[in-house]
Amino acid sequence: MKKIIGLFMAFVFVIVGLTACDSNDDKNVGKVATDGSTSMEKVIGTLGETYMKENDGIKFTFNPTGSSAGIKAVLEGRCDIGLASRYLKDEEKSQGLKETVLAYDGIAIVINKDNPVKNLTLEQISKIYKGEIKNWKEVGGEDLEIVLIGREAGSGTRDGFESITKTVNKNKYRQELTSTGDVITTVSKNNNAIGYASLSSVKSDIKTVSVNGVKPSEETIKDSRYVVQRPFMLITKTDKALTKEAKEFFDYITSEKAIDAIKSAGVVPAYGK
Amino acid sequence: MENKNGSILKNSGRKQRIENIIYGVFMLFGIIAVGCVLVITIYLVMAGLPAIKEIGLVNFLFGKEWVSTDANPKFGILSFILTSVYGTAGAIFIGVPVGFLTAVYLSKIATRKVRIVVEQAINLLAAIPSVVYGLVGMILLVPSIKTIFNLSDGSSLLAAIIVLSIMILPSIIKMSITALDSVPKEYEDASLALGATPIETYFKISVPTAKSGIAAAVVLGVGRAIGEAMAVMMVSGNAPNMPELFESVRFLTTAVASEMSYSAGLQRQALFSIALVLFLFIMLINASLNFLLKRQKNV
Repeated sequence: MKKIIGLFMAFVFVIVGLTACDSNDDKNVGKVATDGSTSMEKVIGTLGETYMKENDGIKFTFNPTGSSAGIKAVLEGRCDIGLASRYLKDEEKSQGLKETVLAYDGIAIVINKDNPVKNLTLEQISKIYKGEIKNWKEVGGEDLEIVLIGREAGSGTRDGFESITKTVNKNKYRQELTSTGDVITTVSKNNNAIGYASLSSVKSDIKTVSVNGVKPSEETIKDSRYVVQRPFMLITKTDKALTKEAKEFFDYITSEKAIDAIKSAGVVPAYGK
Repeated sequence: MENKNGSILKNSGRKQRIENIIYGVFMLFGIIAVGCVLVITIYLVMAGLPAIKEIGLVNFLFGKEWVSTDANPKFGILSFILTSVYGTAGAIFIGVPVGFLTAVYLSKIATRKVRIVVEQAINLLAAIPSVVYGLVGMILLVPSIKTIFNLSDGSSLLAAIIVLSIMILPSIIKMSITALDSVPKEYEDASLALGATPIETYFKISVPTAKSGIAAAVVLGVGRAIGEAMAVMMVSGNAPNMPELFESVRFLTTAVASEMSYSAGLQRQALFSIALVLFLFIMLINASLNFLLKRQKNV
């Protein structure tokens, strides 16, 4: 019995020893800390990973707290770069903050291929999702009930869509799906349905509608004619320079080199605008 | 002579040591399994209780509204609990008669060849991953429900019930077959000798004898149905409504799975509380399963 206990203890010590190792080797490593919008998690995570792969000895961190919390964190010096999925307010700018657009998140409004509707205004979309417009014939379609497809609570796309259409927590969703793929499959199988998804993930088996007469595309998103979009911002201080590592990271992600990584995260890079 | 005796003794000493070591290794693996269960239980209770305390047990269990990301969030899971109960009951209602009759046929009536083929098919059914059930349900079942019942959308409790009833079939059939196979042949022979027809014999002798095994099969089906998340999530629509056959609904499992990835703060804690409720349900089901199986052994 003693032997068994001894063996067990040895096993436990080995495990504890292994886990203890990895926390004390980042003394000489340059750190880049980011903090902010949960919607930007994917794009900043992709960028952080590619950057760390290309530059040894840089430790990149991201703290998903939300846009406002990220802006506050930069202001209080708790991180190098703040991330916000909205424009800075004037009072925030006057506190000594600067915004740089990293990318644009374009959200496509998608409907079934058999649906004849081609264009909706932002107000119509808002009314549809609030349940005030219930039938497709009210917006120039067939006499069919509108089925609202959305994303789960907490999703970045849902948050973006609801804040742009001003329907936060007023939506009468019929379905709350957990991935863009599910939304697209569902909409492609149901001619009553309307849904929303990141523009980059929209494929040919569904139809995207124009909003206020503008078709969504990389171009119309960049020149902000397409309105269902929001900026992904990098927030920095105007009065205090970035650390060397943070500056290098900042320059990298706003340069041409980062375009592929940004696109792979499903958003439109702002580079060259 | 003395020498030889000594070496045998030494040998057996070493054997004893090896024996002990191996015993220790097996013991260690046993401890790992039990340890996992313990860790999960303790973690779930610790992670699940704070939110219940903050929301209030009654508000949590009997609240009808779930608005987790609002400025004034509401965390009431009554609709999830009822959906899980109705969904499971529905799956049992469809799955048990089909599974049970299949088992009687395969165990008593079918020829050897048919039985082998059908059993293979059932094994295959059990091996299909739940995401595939979900996908097929999403692409075939949901649109058909929409057309057949003339609805605006087919994602509903009904779709989930149908998918679940197919998913629990293998467990019900296999368990029932085992129970029916173990009915002593003498009982059936005696019944036949007294002039009962084969069908009378199966339903009046074999089935009653195997009844606790069949009951265990039903409970196993319940366990499987209540714990399923992936397939259900893809066909049920996931809106937190009170359960209705043609409404979009959210189960306990899908409530946890769908919001977990982006959740934070009290919302996340509340999801753990839902998991705790689900865990208690499943413990209850397992306990009754054990009880039934023990009774079957005693028969």
